[in-house]
Amino acid sequence: MRIRSLVFIAVVLAGAAGAFFLVWRPEIPVQAQAQAQSFDPALIAKGRELAAVGNCIACHTVPGGEAFAGGLAIPTPFGTIHSTNITPDRETGIGGWSLAAFTRSMREGVDRAGNHLYPAFPYDHYRLVSDADNEALYAYLMTRAPVRQDALANDLVFPLGFRPLIAGWKLLFLEAAGFTPDPSKSQEWNRGAYLAEGLGHCGGCHTPRNALGAQDPDRHFAGGEAEGWQAYAINASSPAPIPWDREALAFYLRHGWHELHGVSRGPMAEVTGNLAGLPDSDIDAIATYVADVMGEPSTERRQQAERLRQDVGAPERTGGDADTLAVPPDVAGMPGAALYAAACATCHESGRPLPFGGLDFRLSTAVNAPSPQNIVTVTLFGLPPADGEASSVMPGFAGALSDQQVADVLAYMRTRFSSGTPWPDVAEMTRRTRSGEHKVVVRPSDGIERAPLNVGVEIGP
Amino acid sequence: MTVKLKVNGAVHEVDADPATPLLYVLREDLELNAAKYGCGLGQCGSCMVLVDGEATLSCVVPILALGEREITTLEGLGTVEDPAPIQSAFIELQAAQCGYCIPGMMMSAQALLQRNASPSDQEIRDALRTNLCRCGTHMRILAAIRRASEMMSAGAPSNRRAG
Repeated sequence: MRIRSLVFIAVVLAGAAGAFFLVWRPEIPVQAQAQAQSFDPALIAKGRELAAVGNCIACHTVPGGEAFAGGLAIPTPFGTIHSTNITPDRETGIGGWSLAAFTRSMREGVDRAGNHLYPAFPYDHYRLVSDADNEALYAYLMTRAPVRQDALANDLVFPLGFRPLIAGWKLLFLEAAGFTPDPSKSQEWNRGAYLAEGLGHCGGCHTPRNALGAQDPDRHFAGGEAEGWQAYAINASSPAPIPWDREALAFYLRHGWHELHGVSRGPMAEVTGNLAGLPDSDIDAIATYVADVMGEPSTERRQQAERLRQDVGAPERTGGDADTLAVPPDVAGMPGAALYAAACATCHESGRPLPFGGLDFRLSTAVNAPSPQNIVTVTLFGLPPADGEASSVMPGFAGALSDQQVADVLAYMRTRFSSGTPWPDVAEMTRRTRSGEHKVVVRPSDGIERAPLNVGVEIGP
Repeated sequence: MTVKLKVNGAVHEVDADPATPLLYVLREDLELNAAKYGCGLGQCGSCMVLVDGEATLSCVVPILALGEREITTLEGLGTVEDPAPIQSAFIELQAAQCGYCIPGMMMSAQALLQRNASPSDQEIRDALRTNLCRCGTHMRILAAIRRASEMMSAGAPSNRRAG
């Protein structure tokens, strides 16, 4: 009996010790001096580009608020998380953080004091960032204007407010730090993989997550969700009618639109808004990598795309005084046909080129996507115009169309412009989106509100 | 074809193609000329009206979409003799220069104030995001909307012609 008790006690102690080492992280002492003056301007400039790749500003800034001061509410399936202040304010920001503390947060998701951070901060990607790049990011953030602004409390479902639980999540899902290049691929591909999988954290939105909120490695880039928007699949299952290639991706990432694909919107608009300040070489590298992940389209898909491209290039017009496309007779009687013709076709079949004209729906990923969520959102709320500069814009139809009318128009568009199966329950999805039951964040088409220029962050040489 | 429309509290029967944009019917058939034709593409906001209280661009909405819904134009808010708060405030603050965009501005503001009587400056700017003004009276427009908000908060009915 005594031996059994001893074994039992030993097991409990070992378990407790294991849990302690799993959960406990030491505090890293507050850094004595603000070091703003001692950073090399070239390092700061490099950090600025890297911060743009990381899209740091998008989560760490409230639109219209101070850059990097945090406070943005980020809806997740587990409740609402508020982003933190990453300005160099010593009391409420990261002014007291050493480079070691910063690097640890990027790799292990632990703050300076040793608290585990929620993986809404994508350290599952940032773990790949090199020492040199962390140093540059640190130099950039430490030379921003300090803003005194306390973090807001998170509102998470029980028991996730208890941070030590995050250590268990990391044990299951967080891999070791560091990027391993693939020697069989080009240098450009490896640069793209490093940026896209690391700081760029494309998979944060574009890879589906499991029940515990971790990305499913078997479904890399297979499509996910962000701020109520569908992040389309960007692997072989991409629903784009014309397959993406390296050139189209590079143009899109650089400009926020592409003539064969449409304009970026929702959270992606912030990504393209940020990438606008990046050197071509990095944009091309990301495009090279993502195009390779998508892979070569099948012969059949390529031929379909080629036919579509020719149709779009030389549209078949109805003639007479109508300047719109011929409507196939089998869809002409659908309930949404008249609404579409009167409310949508005037812009979307006008032939006006992108980014200011409406996209020809035959090219629309939204119409061909498995879920109608994005097109429901855009139909209701439109694309708001950007402040103070030219941008794509679309009026919202929330006031004009009932839930059933939205469903009718979209059913018509799905039948006419896509070979996909009909979407179920569009009226109910429209109701939930309109009422806010399904939360979706609507911002201007190029994410200008939180693009660097608009929140007072310098961009450029 | 005869289409029934409920505008400013009264039911009107108009003889029009159901695909006709609401704006054309308001101006040409009902002679309600406050809503203006600016771009015709839903991008400038000068044709703004309320549909069931929600700001709606009348140039891109076909009348077939409207059914029984309640349409309100600027004429439906108040009269010259008895202006609604939003109209009084725009006059008091002299918020118009050429005036072409102003009815649309007022209708966007009206929709905002009906659901939020004391909006913040940012909320006003967001609500008027789809309304363009080329004269540059934006600061006066903002001031007028704040003034209308005060008047409504002090108890003035937002719509002088509501039954």
